[in-house]
Amino acid sequence: MGEAIVITSGKGGVGKTTTTANLGTALAMMGQKVVLVDTDIGLRNLDVVLGLENRIVYDLVDVVHGNCRLKQALIKDKRLEGLYLLPAAQTKDKTAVSPEQMRNLVSELKKEFDYVLIDCPAGIEQGFKNAVAGADRGIVVTTPEVSAVRDADRIIGLLEAEGITNPRLIINRIRPKMVRTGDMMGIEDIIEILAIDLLGVIPDDETIIVTTNKGEPAVYDQNSRAGQAFRNIARRIMGEEVPLMNLEEEGFLSKFKKFFGFNR
Amino acid sequence: MLEFLMKLLGKEQQNSKTMAKERLRLVLVQDRTNVSPELLQNLKEDLIAVITKYMEIDEKALEVNIDTHEEQVALIANIPIKSVKRNIRVQAN
Repeated sequence: MGEAIVITSGKGGVGKTTTTANLGTALAMMGQKVVLVDTDIGLRNLDVVLGLENRIVYDLVDVVHGNCRLKQALIKDKRLEGLYLLPAAQTKDKTAVSPEQMRNLVSELKKEFDYVLIDCPAGIEQGFKNAVAGADRGIVVTTPEVSAVRDADRIIGLLEAEGITNPRLIINRIRPKMVRTGDMMGIEDIIEILAIDLLGVIPDDETIIVTTNKGEPAVYDQNSRAGQAFRNIARRIMGEEVPLMNLEEEGFLSKFKKFFGFNR
Repeated sequence: MLEFLMKLLGKEQQNSKTMAKERLRLVLVQDRTNVSPELLQNLKEDLIAVITKYMEIDEKALEVNIDTHEEQVALIANIPIKSVKRNIRVQAN
């Protein structure tokens, strides 16, 4: 029996989908059987982040309405053995699925997979309720901005109201240099305000844009710092104790050394 | 260096991180205490039931509100008393 984890944030654009894609990929790289469920009906995106947009035949709504079997709608990843995607419908709206139907679907998936990662849409309406319905645990993604942290606070309360206690926090797009100069809230600041456990911190990293352009998650890229941070988080999800990585950007000297092979 | 000098001169400006944190703290106090009117109405009715055991109050003029003032949140109740029941002390003993 697997575990269902919902990845949520309240605010849009903080990196839920990127986080879902990377954590799922990292877990599958470690030999886990993983399914990623896109619940953003009408605005599906997880497929493009994973580079699987050309393979979609059936979607989540088709499964729920009995137009196809669950296995027919699952898209196998092109690189990893144990990774699957259940895409959202693009032409329907959020009311096409009910929380009850989602609960049943997720419990079916938990029989087959070690991890069911549910990518939640932005907002707190029906889409959120659907995404949360079948989840055992919650991950809240935020960025070091007032608006994102405020929404995260609200989402933590709503998760608790839906029975998901102790969600864990991922702080995305942190810029250590700005934190140091006092122009960005740091890890401690955000933890103090939200008062929940930290699952991990992702540095702001341009490689995310490049990897997303290509449709392959950053965790494949050994030089991507964000990719490294996501791999660490995946290990933490599996129960391993992994210390927070050093977030400082590499200086000129270490880049130089790396280039000429002095490092590693 | 400039920063250090500014500090010496006591002209250090509050950095934007501190501002972000303070603004967040305030807005979250408000968000978290966003009590529904329904809850407030229920609270009001319960309050009336309890207080009328001891004194006669002006139920129509009774006001119950959540007040956010700087970093503190308080439940403010304004309850005009019409009269206190005479036998209340006897009952208490």
